Amino acid sequence: MTTVILLTATGLGLAALYFLVASGLSLIFGLMDVLNFAHGAFVSVGGYVGWTVADHLSGTIGLFGALLAGIAAGAAIAAGTELAVIRPLYGRPLDQVLATVGLGLAIPALLQAIWGADSRTWLVPGWLAGTVDIAGARVPSVRFLLIGIAVALLVGLRLLLGRTRAGLIVRAGVEDRAMVTALGIDVRRANSAVFALGGAAAGLAGVLYGLYQGSVSPGDGTSLLIFAFVVVVLGGAGSITGTALAAVAVGLVQQYADYASASLGDESVVILLAAVLLLRRRNLQGRPA
Amino acid sequence: MSRVAKLWRTHWLRALIVFALLYFLPYSTLSIPGVFDGPLDAPGVLQLLAVCLVFAGLAISYDLLFGHTGVMSFGHGIFVTGGMYVTTILVNHAGYALLPSAAIALVVSLAASLILGGVALRVGGIGFAMVTLAFGQAVSILVISGSPQLTGGEQGQTLNGSAVPAALDGVRNTANLYWIALAYLVVCALAVWGLAASTPGRVMRAIHENERRVEVLGLNPYLFKLLAFALAAVLAAGGGIIYLLLLGGATPSVSTSNFTLSLLVMVVLGGAGRRWGAIVGGLVYGYASQSLTRLSGASAISGLPGVLRGPLQQPLFLLGAAFVLIVFFAPGGLAGRFGAKTITDEYRGGLRS
Repeated sequence: MTTVILLTATGLGLAALYFLVASGLSLIFGLMDVLNFAHGAFVSVGGYVGWTVADHLSGTIGLFGALLAGIAAGAAIAAGTELAVIRPLYGRPLDQVLATVGLGLAIPALLQAIWGADSRTWLVPGWLAGTVDIAGARVPSVRFLLIGIAVALLVGLRLLLGRTRAGLIVRAGVEDRAMVTALGIDVRRANSAVFALGGAAAGLAGVLYGLYQGSVSPGDGTSLLIFAFVVVVLGGAGSITGTALAAVAVGLVQQYADYASASLGDESVVILLAAVLLLRRRNLQGRPA
Repeated sequence: MSRVAKLWRTHWLRALIVFALLYFLPYSTLSIPGVFDGPLDAPGVLQLLAVCLVFAGLAISYDLLFGHTGVMSFGHGIFVTGGMYVTTILVNHAGYALLPSAAIALVVSLAASLILGGVALRVGGIGFAMVTLAFGQAVSILVISGSPQLTGGEQGQTLNGSAVPAALDGVRNTANLYWIALAYLVVCALAVWGLAASTPGRVMRAIHENERRVEVLGLNPYLFKLLAFALAAVLAAGGGIIYLLLLGGATPSVSTSNFTLSLLVMVVLGGAGRRWGAIVGGLVYGYASQSLTRLSGASAISGLPGVLRGPLQQPLFLLGAAFVLIVFFAPGGLAGRFGAKTITDEYRGGLRS
């Protein structure tokens, strides 16, 4: 029983990270049809900036400083990417994807040049470093922080998309961008906003991944990105609830399978993906293919 | 002038001249200071060139998918890995000879491509890219941590020396490896060009231009995409085997997503869908990725202040940045800069002129 609780908590913690990365990815893809290969790089940038802040201000202040710095860094680099790279290539969707591929290669290499190839240890403040006792299972406290933040983001995004005018424009843009433009609404502003929002979530994920692992390394974002892609494919692009459900499924399957046999976890995620693709005759947007 | 130019325009003649020049390269003792470390027939230089040739061949096989059929796969490294590792495992652990192992590796890769392509091609466009990326990651993890005694884990695995024919063994025989790499490039080029000129190749180009229209015409794009995927996979597996011979062992780096992305970089760098684009891109990338590592230790760079030195010592940073610039300012790639048409355009009007 304790094992099940521990695996579930770890799986949900991972799911939280996947959700943070995949929600931005999914909105960007849903709205702009841009598969953002630089998203993993945003995660890494957030992680390193957060680590630097936490390194200078230790303790609880350092933790909150790191979270804020990670969010700010992720949002800033994402907004910069949208402005400098994505926007000039408007109308050339393939080139947009290719440009993000280039950034996805270059940015982690740049991080490696600045902070070195070796992973940097992240010291978690004392109250977060311990474990919480649930029915005899000692679950690391960081997991709850991850899950809490992801749930908050899910609720926040649902409210933002469902209850505000900006959210309405984004949802309408996901459905039919041309029609929204025809109604006289400038979708490009929504593009920038969604990119910055996705980048903020990615930067936050970078900091949380650092806390989760107790270290940051240049390749972190890329490894998260691949599973985030799987989550986007399973959850359906542009759907926040679908993304959340898919993230939970992927996180749990991965943890349970990993317990059965080491390295089986990642394989089982891909098998899950293949099975869903075979059984479902729908494309990414959830419309019949 | 016009006569020479006309002859140069004949594709097969141009190919013959280029490949013949490449064939005779190991006989030359010419030395190009600053570009290569020694004369052209030095083993180190030949090894570098051979890797460039293999990359060029792999780039053509990727271009068959990306530039010709319009399918963006991020799982191409799977088949390079397949060719490399199946051969190594059969030679080292099952005690097979090199040739049968290589043949089995090709068959295994073909079967894997049909299964993987069959599943992944059910989602179109960008979804296909994500799915193949996930499969590629699964293979990468399998190779690195699945069964270390079989694959050698992160270190990779040296190919059992006694299985390698004497003519391919040792520094003195680097020229033979170079010729094998060149033969591989020629096979890839002929296969892809031949396919491009055939009827299925025409359908593939039509899919690249407008998939919906192909469907409306009553053809099934799925089957043609699968054909392109399978042929590209077999060529990639062949490249994996040649690369294995060049390196003398299997390396898990070919299974990483960065390797597949570098194939995409090569194709776009050279010019997607252009006859010589992928070859030029593969050669340039192969040379750059190998020399930039050497360059990073050069005195000119280590003398620079730290802010500049750090990024310049990262080959991936330079290549990634160059790639973004190419996408921005030269969408046709290097070949496009020099006025090369896409193969579609060649067949559209170029043949008549």
